[in-house]
Amino acid sequence: MADEKGSRELPPGGLILEAGNAVKYLTGGWRTYRPRVDKGKCIDCLQCWLLCPDCCIDVEEGTMAGYDYDHCKGCGICAHICPVKAIEMVLETEGAGPADAKGRFGSKKKA
Amino acid sequence: MNKIVALTGNEAAAEAMRQVDPDVVPAYPITPQTELMHRFTEFVADGLVKTEMILVESEHSAMSAAVGACAAGARVMTATSANGLALMWEIVYVAASLRLPVVMTVVNRALSGPINIHCDHSDTMGCRDSGWIQLYGENPQEAYDNILQAVRIAEHPDVLLPVMPTYDGFIISHTIERLEIVEDAEARRFIGKRKPLHPLLDVAHPVTYGPLDLQDYYFEHKKQQADAMVRAKEVVRAVGREYGALTGREYGFFDAHRTGDAETVAVCLGSAAGTMKAVADTLRAEGRKVGVLKLRMFRPFPADEIAAAIGRAKRIVVLDRAEGFNAVGGPLGAEVKAALYGKSSAEVVNCIYGLGGRDLSPDLARAAFELTGAGPVHLGVRE
Repeated sequence: MADEKGSRELPPGGLILEAGNAVKYLTGGWRTYRPRVDKGKCIDCLQCWLLCPDCCIDVEEGTMAGYDYDHCKGCGICAHICPVKAIEMVLETEGAGPADAKGRFGSKKKA
Repeated sequence: MNKIVALTGNEAAAEAMRQVDPDVVPAYPITPQTELMHRFTEFVADGLVKTEMILVESEHSAMSAAVGACAAGARVMTATSANGLALMWEIVYVAASLRLPVVMTVVNRALSGPINIHCDHSDTMGCRDSGWIQLYGENPQEAYDNILQAVRIAEHPDVLLPVMPTYDGFIISHTIERLEIVEDAEARRFIGKRKPLHPLLDVAHPVTYGPLDLQDYYFEHKKQQADAMVRAKEVVRAVGREYGALTGREYGFFDAHRTGDAETVAVCLGSAAGTMKAVADTLRAEGRKVGVLKLRMFRPFPADEIAAAIGRAKRIVVLDRAEGFNAVGGPLGAEVKAALYGKSSAEVVNCIYGLGGRDLSPDLARAAFELTGAGPVHLGVRE
């Protein structure tokens, strides 16, 4: 935290002056369970994309293409809503951790 | 040219609000503030101000609307008392921490319970550490003067903190006195226009208000608030001086009445000062060296200035219109004592008086000057 801005440099009132800045705040580290999709079962209905509160479902050409693990907090809504049970929630400590994913919290990894 | 009028404290405050003509006023009625907003809403209905008046469903909503409108870029005022202020509590802190220059008049009233509608300072003393600047008025004139200055102080770029001008419920709010009102055009020139720093309605420059602020930044933002409160002292002084040039009534941190050579000095806030000064004059006529320090600004607390002004006295009696429930004393007593620590050898006596509107009679005021011992002494209570 020594590299962060000090009280004399920050804008007052806790304001953030840059729009669209939430993408820089990585919340993937909050996760206990990681969603993992079985594309063999997935029917690309995109209900997970509709309901994900953090916009973490990657969609490519109309198909569910995986997760943004830098921002997914592991809430499990996608797994809960999936009509064909194609998504399971896997403990981060059980083989689904950063070792099998790219990015600080596994970004861009197609699970 | 000043206009001489006879108004109650509430009417005087409403007159100040009419001259400020705030963009937005969200408010909810509570005794003894009600008459202030009653009068102001008449100005709105009569088209004398352009204010968007929002009649909200509670004080929590009043302060929430004030925060939203002020963040949008509006000049916002409201007013409340006692339990209404208590219901605002959560958002009172939010206004200060978002650095929103809201001006909220608080007409001092005892907090429940048992339920009581009369004056003491338990309401505003409860939020003395909420990050708001607090200015206590002695009479309708100061109620009016403090509101005009509060707008300038709050919106000053070195400050950007909400300000709470206060005056005593019923004793001041409902008592008619002579006062001088600045001409509308001069008042408006003095107040000027608000220049908001990052208004939400500036859609070309979108900003985020109120994001989550955790271990990494919250501490820095609190330090900023504390620094702004320190800077506010010079602004309060400068605005008070400018107001003095306009009206002949200059304001500072406190009003020192015959304290120069005083051996005993009484320190107090609000309407009690009038009684204490009158009794001090009587005691002076009897050859007693007494004086009164009426504190106007409680936040930021002018500790060094108080010590410099009265530290040479032999005895300092601090009158609190709020109970500390076995703290070091009442809030004013504890802070004055801390301000004098290491700088004065005076005996400091703390006295609690006037809770729930109990009258501070001249006899009690005289007794206050005679108090000794650490206290707190409860003046005028039956045991």
